[in-house]
Amino acid sequence: MSQIKPDARQAIPATDSAVSVRNVSKVYGDVQALKDLTLDFPRGELTSLLGPSGCGKTTLLKIIAGLLPATSGEVLINGRAVTGPGPDRSFVFQDFALMPWATVLRNVAFGLELRGVAKSEREAVAEKYIAAVGLAGFEQKYPHQLSGGMRQRVGLARALSVKAEVLLLDEPFSAVDEQTRRKFQEDMLELVQNEKKTFIFVTHSIEEAVYVSDQIAILLPRPSRVSEIIRPASFRDKGVANIRRDPEYLDIVDRIWASLRNYVE
Amino acid sequence: MINRSLLLKLLSGLIVFGAWEIAGRVPISYAFPTFLESMAALARMTFDGTIFVAYGETLRPLVVGVAISAVFGIGIGLWIGLSKQFEWLFSPIFIVMQAAPLAALIPILVMIYGIGLTSKVFVVCIMAMPVIVLNTASAVRNTPVSLKEMATSFLAADRDVLLKIILPAASPVIFSGLRLGVSAGFIGAILSELKITPTGVGDIITYSRSIADYPSMYAAIFSIILLAVLFLNLLEKLENILFEGNNRGYVSD
Amino acid sequence: MILFGYKLPALSSLILWALLWEVVGRLELTFFVPPFSEVVTTLIALIPTPAFLSALGITAAAFGAGVFFAIVIGIPVGILMGKSRVLDELLLPWVNIFLSAPLTALVPVLMVLFGFGTRTVIITTTLFAIWIIILNARAGVKQINRSLVEMARSFGASPLDAFFKVYFWAALPEILGGVRIGVIRAVKGVIIGQLLISIVGFGALFELYSSKFLMAEFWAVLIVLFGLAFALSEFLAYLERKVSYYASSRG
Repeated sequence: MSQIKPDARQAIPATDSAVSVRNVSKVYGDVQALKDLTLDFPRGELTSLLGPSGCGKTTLLKIIAGLLPATSGEVLINGRAVTGPGPDRSFVFQDFALMPWATVLRNVAFGLELRGVAKSEREAVAEKYIAAVGLAGFEQKYPHQLSGGMRQRVGLARALSVKAEVLLLDEPFSAVDEQTRRKFQEDMLELVQNEKKTFIFVTHSIEEAVYVSDQIAILLPRPSRVSEIIRPASFRDKGVANIRRDPEYLDIVDRIWASLRNYVE
Repeated sequence: MINRSLLLKLLSGLIVFGAWEIAGRVPISYAFPTFLESMAALARMTFDGTIFVAYGETLRPLVVGVAISAVFGIGIGLWIGLSKQFEWLFSPIFIVMQAAPLAALIPILVMIYGIGLTSKVFVVCIMAMPVIVLNTASAVRNTPVSLKEMATSFLAADRDVLLKIILPAASPVIFSGLRLGVSAGFIGAILSELKITPTGVGDIITYSRSIADYPSMYAAIFSIILLAVLFLNLLEKLENILFEGNNRGYVSD
Repeated sequence: MILFGYKLPALSSLILWALLWEVVGRLELTFFVPPFSEVVTTLIALIPTPAFLSALGITAAAFGAGVFFAIVIGIPVGILMGKSRVLDELLLPWVNIFLSAPLTALVPVLMVLFGFGTRTVIITTTLFAIWIIILNARAGVKQINRSLVEMARSFGASPLDAFFKVYFWAALPEILGGVRIGVIRAVKGVIIGQLLISIVGFGALFELYSSKFLMAEFWAVLIVLFGLAFALSEFLAYLERKVSYYASSRG
């Protein structure tokens, strides 16, 4: 188990950062949501932001997305500072954020529609990703005709179809049932392997974070700060069926719980 | 079960119209014709065409007024929903209008615009406008935040957010505002015919009352209420078909 | 709206509109709009006059009686509809019809049946208010938690006890919501009734002012009426919010 403390972060060898958060603070009125937070997201890997509710993990994600301005500090994507939403990032929403009046096809193609891509072209791309998330045949259905899990697959296909380099996922599986959630987690691993994208994944589930992540950043609340960064080493290549039985997996889950349990109200 | 429900509806109609018939036969008042007499009068007016001429007259201020209210009401409502300054400036007027008995403005409208079509259109407008404005504004304000964020995160321009997210998301509530506006407009149209000058259906009501032809008077009232109820029901059905699933499909269901 | 860091109160823009009114009046653009200050002066002079006080008294009495009947009849009928399926299926179509029907058209009938007086105004007011009260009371009863009903039964509540101690209270937030909308409709009903009859209360007053072109008096009465109607509706909304805390916490 290789574990790197925040102060030793610069020692990560051979991985450059797709996203760097530099001294970011966020203040709402007189509430300090994030304080002087610095964190790197290695290219091509999945990093989880894990923490108890109110730790500012969604705030951080929205600042990276450019949906919220930081009060101070900056976010760099490939070295360029973020000033707002950009084509290099796409977002998967906790509540799916599907347009109920549009078909699956239009929902998935919506990101491209907003970029002015021609209808036939964007629909071809959308169809490809609808198939990729396993929803082929549902193109003309409306969101209310789908189950929660299928809706989130639509949200995922939409985020993938704009071919952004960085995928931001805000508790994407928290509104789906447990079985669907497990299937999603397995699919996530495959997706990270195949897509060569940088994933930033917000979750409040310890098991989920350990299961899907290359790197886990543990955030503690009030004000939010990175308390620890964990990089699981050995179980990633042992196959999806074996991860949950792996001793390292179980150790990390226990350790994270030990450090978070004091923050449970 | 469909049969049972239909049966009960028929039974309920039978009871009410039966009671009307019996009350008319007693009679509870010299001015209370039976149900059958009133229906006969309605049939007579339908066959000699009086009722259609009357409706042509009655519906004109209604249609014009509702059309004007729809255009301005939705426009102002959108603006109120989108801009805080505009909301501060204009929404109190419509909130007060919503609660106030606007019918009291009729005498002033008559003084200013006379007893013609203009006054009647105005009456329909002041009745229909507030609910359209307030519904539109609240629909715009209640656009799901995550949908707007979604559009922004996929690089939507402000215009795109308005046209592709806010308007479609708000349209069911705007439509039901229009339906309520039509409902209020009916009240305005009838009120103006009874209060300002008797024309159309209002004329049948007033005239048959003055010559004590009560069956015709009841028939005219019955028909206008029936027309309004049928039309509003139709709008409601249309609303359900048009926006089927529009209020669902969010995370909560 | 926030201006220079101060949060302006919700209805403060009405002051701006009053100023605009004053300017329009001072410019003498139209005979029909006297300056706001003149209207206010007239208003203050008008309030103690017997004509105004009697109109207000008659209207308030008719309004109160109309609302009273709408509530006393409407709530029990709504609760019964919520409890009994047969009654519900028999009455609901009619309640829905009268809810959306232009009831103004019925006023001439009421006039020939009940005369050109307060009685007709009261019935008009009741007719405007009652349907939404019935419908909301019904909806309130329909959403009552089953386990609450079973609890009452298991503790041996008599039907009458169940009615007053369980159904009424459990449905109270919806009932109050219905009463609030009903009262707002009743305000419109009482004025429409008086306008059409035009020899009682404010109806007679309007008739008098418009025949003599007394614009300041007219606007003064309108301001009083609108102000009262608005204050009433805000007060009821406040009451409803006070009750809704337990509506949101009930299971």
